[in-house]
Amino acid sequence: MIVADRKPLGELLDMVKDCKKIMVLGCKGCVTVCNVGGVKEVEVLASSIKIARKKDGNPIEVVEKTIERQCDPEYIELVKGEVNAFDAVLSMACGVGPQFLAEAYEDQTFYPAVDTKFFGGAVQHGIWEERCAGCGTCLIHYFGTLCPIARCSKSLIHGPCGGSANSVCEIDSDIECIWDTVVRKKMEQGRLDDLRQVRTPKDWRTARDGGPRKRKREELIS
Amino acid sequence: MTDSFEPQILAFCCKYCAYAAADLAGSMRLKYPDNIKLIQVPCTGRVDIIHILRAIEDGADGVYVAGCLEGECHFLEGNFKARRRVKYVKDTLEELGIEPERVEMYNLSSAMGPRFAEIANEMAEKIKKLGPTPVKS
Repeated sequence: MIVADRKPLGELLDMVKDCKKIMVLGCKGCVTVCNVGGVKEVEVLASSIKIARKKDGNPIEVVEKTIERQCDPEYIELVKGEVNAFDAVLSMACGVGPQFLAEAYEDQTFYPAVDTKFFGGAVQHGIWEERCAGCGTCLIHYFGTLCPIARCSKSLIHGPCGGSANSVCEIDSDIECIWDTVVRKKMEQGRLDDLRQVRTPKDWRTARDGGPRKRKREELIS
Repeated sequence: MTDSFEPQILAFCCKYCAYAAADLAGSMRLKYPDNIKLIQVPCTGRVDIIHILRAIEDGADGVYVAGCLEGECHFLEGNFKARRRVKYVKDTLEELGIEPERVEMYNLSSAMGPRFAEIANEMAEKIKKLGPTPVKS
């Protein structure tokens, strides 16, 4: 899923400082799963904004709504009759949401209420880790199903580098050296030779290096 | 702040400990401020961030959550969850420029009637010192 963090309240309050009536719009997709932009988080943000504005003697009306997804026009369409009734809309979806909203409702101002971080998963409740960099050409099966693109600080395909010490990356002692893990796993499996194979360079054009990406599936287009 | 300020305080009390302790305090004829409104919850783990925030939003001068002693929650870790949520609300209030001390977490057992009254008095005194909530309804 896409993992995000809510922006600091001060930054959000500054975005809506001139508004009297806003909508906080959540998304039931990834941001609900990572507890950042679902129904509950919309309630908490709306309440926090109202508290801050009441404290300043400048109350604000905040309407809460959460739609199935903000990355599909069919769900964006569902708020058609409402969005223009507000001075601004705070979207709690990943970066895709506010852009889809702004493309559909050109007259309205949309603000991102979250900072979109990475593609990852919950290693335990409350802790998420990056697992995928969305590079467009998956190679993880060569490396013990561990992604060196997302999980090595340098995205090395031939690691580890000299900054690996005691299974930890030189960047931060909280970061596991994934190449250390890859090599250990291959040794345990008796498949160290897999890492000695010479492969053609990775085609980075499928990643961000090839510019903004687009997928077209003819069988689905109506 | 005037001397006549009587704070409105909300207390979320676990039915297995704090609420029973309040009963005991009553039986023992112990006095505690009558402007503390108790809400019984089946476990403090039931108290969510939004419940505390809504109380603050609606003008409560102080809010506290009173759960079982650590390690004695009937649902194992409800009081630990409550403590983390109280911490989240305190951080939020700090971010908004409101005194985080307006929200607290306490732990006690059902046999601690006097402690219940003590907590109630302590919280009321603290909020009186802080003055009325800056969140005007």
